[in-house]
Amino acid sequence: MATEKIIMAGFGGQGIMSMGQLLTYAGMIEDKQVSWSPSYGPEMRGGTANCSVIVSDSLIGSPIINNDATASVVMNLPSLLKFEKQVIKGGNLVVNSSLIEKKAERKDLNVYYVAANEIATEIGNNKVANMVILGAYIELTKIVSQESIVEAMKKVFGPSKQHLVELNKEALKCGAKEV
Amino acid sequence: MDKVLMKGNEAIAEAAIKAGCDCFFGYPITPQNEVPEYMAKHMAKSGGVFIQAESEVAAINMVYGASGAGFRVMTSTSSPGMALKQEGISYLVGAELPAVIVNISRGGPGLGSIQSSQSDYFQVTRGGGNGDYRIIVFAPSSIQEAVDLTAKAFDLADYYRNPVIVLGDGMIGQMMEPVEFYLTKNRTLPTKDWATTGTNGERKPNIINSLALVSEDLERHNYKLQKKYDEMEEKEVMYETHKMQGAEIVLVAYGTTSRITKNAIDSLRESGIKAGLIRPITLWPFPNKAFNEIPKPAKSILVVEMSMGQMIDDVRIANEGRLPIHFHGRPGGMIPTPEEIVEKAKEIVGGAK
Amino acid sequence: MTQLFETTKGLTDKAMHYCPGCAHGIIHRLVGEVLVELGVLGKTIGVAPVGCSVLAYDYFNCDMHEAAHGRAPAVGTGVKRMLPDNVVFTYQGDGDLASIGAAEIVHAAHRGEKITTIFVNNAIYGMTGGQMAPTTLIGQKATTSPYGRDEALTGKPLKVCEMLATIDGAVFVERVTVHNVAGIRKTKKAIKKAFQVQLDGKGFGIVEILSTCPTGWGQTPVESCVWLEENMISYYPLGNFRTPEEAK
Repeated sequence: MATEKIIMAGFGGQGIMSMGQLLTYAGMIEDKQVSWSPSYGPEMRGGTANCSVIVSDSLIGSPIINNDATASVVMNLPSLLKFEKQVIKGGNLVVNSSLIEKKAERKDLNVYYVAANEIATEIGNNKVANMVILGAYIELTKIVSQESIVEAMKKVFGPSKQHLVELNKEALKCGAKEV
Repeated sequence: MDKVLMKGNEAIAEAAIKAGCDCFFGYPITPQNEVPEYMAKHMAKSGGVFIQAESEVAAINMVYGASGAGFRVMTSTSSPGMALKQEGISYLVGAELPAVIVNISRGGPGLGSIQSSQSDYFQVTRGGGNGDYRIIVFAPSSIQEAVDLTAKAFDLADYYRNPVIVLGDGMIGQMMEPVEFYLTKNRTLPTKDWATTGTNGERKPNIINSLALVSEDLERHNYKLQKKYDEMEEKEVMYETHKMQGAEIVLVAYGTTSRITKNAIDSLRESGIKAGLIRPITLWPFPNKAFNEIPKPAKSILVVEMSMGQMIDDVRIANEGRLPIHFHGRPGGMIPTPEEIVEKAKEIVGGAK
Repeated sequence: MTQLFETTKGLTDKAMHYCPGCAHGIIHRLVGEVLVELGVLGKTIGVAPVGCSVLAYDYFNCDMHEAAHGRAPAVGTGVKRMLPDNVVFTYQGDGDLASIGAAEIVHAAHRGEKITTIFVNNAIYGMTGGQMAPTTLIGQKATTSPYGRDEALTGKPLKVCEMLATIDGAVFVERVTVHNVAGIRKTKKAIKKAFQVQLDGKGFGIVEILSTCPTGWGQTPVESCVWLEENMISYYPLGNFRTPEEAK
């Protein structure tokens, strides 16, 4: 792996930002160079949300992803429409098929459909759909290990939320099986 | 200490607390809100004071009061709010009060946008306040650097009895990167025997003041201030040079833009064009020295900014007419891409041949 | 020889610059006396305004800040929050407090800052040369209301005490006058109570003092005292608007 540039996108409340932060944190745990940049502003108030994560073996110059994403992880339809086109040729597109019926248009990408919400509901909580799709993405690229994500959760989740680590770990595993 | 992943705004706030910031006075404005929010949460725990003022004007005047009473104080804002603080900043300088002022800048003019921009260069280096004054301006390009410079800002403010500005663009405020907090070695700082803490009947009153109605007195005061600015220019200049050896084109950029420029430099070098970078870390005092050391092969300078070119004036002064100066900028909250910069550089180099 | 009178230790020996007949000197002395009598001069930090009393930092014998126009309550907030055991007061005129500093005074009161504001209302901008203030009376001539203040153009004069008394954080609000001896005595009592409220940690206190500006009004000192009594008191009624229960 040289440099992975990932756009994660969905609507507010899907845990897009925290999914990106956990990936970034996991990269840091593995001593990689990392950066996380959010979209911010009025669109954060319940509208679409996206963040850019860079995980690299070498120093990160620009933290901005500009039509050179190695992957897009999209959790709703507006995100697919917006970010499918920002992935480089041969890059990965991970689509939440629970909420997006439309198929990807580009033929030069590796596209994966993951029914993140159904799987999350099956294992007990619709809210961990973000971890299902993150599990799928890291399985594809191996940019960080599942263990590092779990370790990141332990650090990022406050003391009152440690009991949620197991469920989130399970979600990562289920997601990994989908690709 | 271990590395932690933090948002720029929060990291700056934590750095301030670790640097012994006693109090924070601010007012909400995007994209710096995480600074006051972090302060509101953590100042109470560290025994400090947090107040959300009624306006930026009031906040900077609370800074004036607390600083005059001898405490380490910070305020933060974003561009339109910085405009409102200019009144108080001029008074702080006049009364020789230390303070750290953080500006996480956004697009303008007017209400502008909330996206990352560098169009406050004039505002922070020239100032909107009245009078002959200068302020050290730090422009970090990473979260770690923002943390380190915030801590340093407190020391320099106390040392010079002058405000220090930390200028981050919205990207620096909003992005997350790993940071480490470590105690910097403090320089020897003067005692604050001028602070208004009550005379206890044991000394003459201390007066915090910027008024001097007798012109001869005010002239003397200005000479005294100028001596401090001279010392800052001599001692506090900071800059980074990157891949300057043998560079035929020299890019000049600061903050987030400098990082994008580094990507562009890599692409340019891959295509056989030797490009280098001068990155001012202090916008004032400006690193004129770096321009005296530009290597012989250099044929041109390309300034890159998220503005219409506010730094060009300083580059012209530093360049002393030696090389032609070109510009590429994106205003209004747009961020230049490496591709645009590469294209512009190629056009310049091609044109020069 | 018996000493019959001495100047208060609350003021310095510096000769004041005020115009003949101006009441700032009286008000300064009252504040200085109160600080001495309460035994708090050594722990007091005053904040001077912009206006005629801009040089007050040279006259009060305690630590002082000179603030920007209207910002004294914000500066005072910064000092008091960092030095909660000290005594902090602002000394402000009507242009400073009621116009450019309206936001700062309202919000210092709103937060219940434990500071004391001495507000001198002489219905005009004195230092800048007699311009109209928010407190200038209807029909009163000023350099920027040369035909007399016109309500249709500039509204009615602002009643600061009445306004601040609607704010819960303002626990002591009183309007007094210094145009005669009885008024001066009452003014001192009010100033003392206001500082006592601060010492008791109750909240924000303000004493509005109706005062004269012979120079700005174009009158002799005596005429100005009469003018104040005949014109200002009817619009700005004297009395207490707010006192904490225990201080009554």
